[in-house]
Amino acid sequence: MNETRIVLAGNPNVGKSTIFNNLTGMHQHTGNWAGKTVVNAKGVWKTEDGLITLIDAPGCYSLNVGSKEEEVARDMICDPECKGVIVVCDGTRLERNLILLLQILTHRKDVALCINLMDQVEKAGITIDEELLSQLLGIRVITTRASRKKESRKKLEEVARELQDNSNVFKSYGFVPELLGNPYVTAQKAENIAAQVIKQSDRKEDLSTKIDRILTNPFVGFPVMALMFLAIFWITIKGANHPSEVLGNILFAVENPLWNGLFALGMPICICDMIAHGMYKVLAWVISVMLPPMAIFFPLFTLLEDWGFLPRVAFNLDRCFRCCDACGKQALTMCMGLGCNASAVVGCRIIDSKRERLMAMVTNSLMPCNGRFPILISIITIYFAGESSALGAFCLTAVIVLGIAGTLGLTKLLSVTLLKGIPSSFTLELPPYRKPDFLKVIVRSLLDRTIFVLGRAVAVAAPCGVLIWLLANIAIGNNSVISYMSDFFDPFGKAIGLDGVLIVSFILGIPANEIVLPIAMMIYMSQGTLSEITDLNFFGQLLEANGWTMLTAINMMIFTLMHWPCATTLLSIKKESGSWFWSLIAFVGPTIMGMAVCGLISFLWRFFL
Amino acid sequence: MIGLDKLEVGQMARVVKTEEKRLSDLGLVSGTQVECVLKSPLGDPKAYRIRGAVMAVRKAEARNIMVEVSNL
Repeated sequence: MNETRIVLAGNPNVGKSTIFNNLTGMHQHTGNWAGKTVVNAKGVWKTEDGLITLIDAPGCYSLNVGSKEEEVARDMICDPECKGVIVVCDGTRLERNLILLLQILTHRKDVALCINLMDQVEKAGITIDEELLSQLLGIRVITTRASRKKESRKKLEEVARELQDNSNVFKSYGFVPELLGNPYVTAQKAENIAAQVIKQSDRKEDLSTKIDRILTNPFVGFPVMALMFLAIFWITIKGANHPSEVLGNILFAVENPLWNGLFALGMPICICDMIAHGMYKVLAWVISVMLPPMAIFFPLFTLLEDWGFLPRVAFNLDRCFRCCDACGKQALTMCMGLGCNASAVVGCRIIDSKRERLMAMVTNSLMPCNGRFPILISIITIYFAGESSALGAFCLTAVIVLGIAGTLGLTKLLSVTLLKGIPSSFTLELPPYRKPDFLKVIVRSLLDRTIFVLGRAVAVAAPCGVLIWLLANIAIGNNSVISYMSDFFDPFGKAIGLDGVLIVSFILGIPANEIVLPIAMMIYMSQGTLSEITDLNFFGQLLEANGWTMLTAINMMIFTLMHWPCATTLLSIKKESGSWFWSLIAFVGPTIMGMAVCGLISFLWRFFL
Repeated sequence: MIGLDKLEVGQMARVVKTEEKRLSDLGLVSGTQVECVLKSPLGDPKAYRIRGAVMAVRKAEARNIMVEVSNL
């Protein structure tokens, strides 16, 4: 049987993904900025008349292709095989949205219009004459709103039925570029239609503009933005501190009973050691250190994202990127990098020009992902901030600023060497601020992002725990394999203010940055100065016993920020760019940068102190 | 007649001539009303209200669009 396919199309940021989630029951992540849906999502929509394969096309402004994601969208919209297209519009910006609809109508007639965000339309004092619009366009028009999910579903089901029933009457031609009307004519037509169907009562200065005046103010704009990030970090550090400790105490308390239990089951001692002191210990560490900050940071960041904050960051920073001949949207992908570099690399598709996209991908690992946040937070807490969360947040913000500076530096370097070229045209929509759905954001970011990332970290950490335990416990002569490795790297590590153990940890941590610290901890412990873990404070003593100084701490943070990306990110870069060459550049660039900065700091430190 | 990039925050204008293809897909064609609503703290880009939506456009593109300032 042939599957029935229907495509959801529309401008970016009109709530397509929300409608998609509503119809399919899936949890495609949504956010208030253009280009959130980069990869098309496919879901099963159960209607009374049967199953429909619903496709959520990436948002596009026009069928004239600008970016890679728009190309994907156009091909889906113009696919003659599919049974129809539902064009989703933002009712508050209907006129602009009509342009895409009119373009689509030149290619196919099996189209319906869904005017979304009606709540906001009413709030803005706009009325839309649905019936007249339907007559003028010659297609079915419905209105939906986020607050009435059930009603929206029912309306959309009717539309789907109509599209299917009439699929023989309507004919689609596939994409024929000649059919695309003159943009002037299309825009005029949209204006004409809009003028007839839209009635706008007195326009008040809207709140969005007022907020924007503050956020983009030449004097307070940047400080306010920095403060917002500072606040998020502060809440994260402050809030994660205690739960991390409690979680750590509970998890580490299980280690010895676990060993005893395994032993009682008749396992050989070496297996008991490997599972309890190897795998379990690393797991316990990863969970207790990673879970609390992530569970706080992700929801907070998602709230900012849903509200519409990120495009303003890009707007303010664009000038800096222009100086590097790069695209301001790189700021958006950098923000995504704070979550996960690998997914941010895929997110770089929102950048139109290939050259600028490559620069964004290659430099993305200079933003610390959540796998590296815990390393930074632990070291900041132990060496710099102590009990003061405010100081901790400040240090973390400073590290991020350093990451931004590094990104801009490397981008500039690329733009005058490997990726020469002139900046392409740049347009970025600043959507109105929207009140985030708090409950949904918290639940979804906990379930989808936090648990997902943690699950991945655990999946990597468990086998690595075993591997590292083996390396640390298999001896050749008098020394373990791992101590040979760390001895080998020690002179080099010392030269850049780290040590051999840390270099080995970073190398073994290529599968995932989350496990770098646990590896270091294990190697330090196997070299045997302390053996009892009582709580997380133990970590500080362990580091000190292994020769850490303030210089080591600073350089460890810098190298955490600037070194090779994890394996998943490298793989994503290969996939997105089509060549291992760019993965190599992404590996070498930040690494050399990290080594240079660490080397320089060590030199200055030893010279002056 | 001035370049769109010269429009100050709060000013309205009507497009007279444009060669920006990408922006014409967003509905910015000759005859379109635009309003400059924001300026980035570093001076570039500026954000314009075009057919109800706010779009950030860099100076480099905006200067290719000639507008006539509307007197209020």
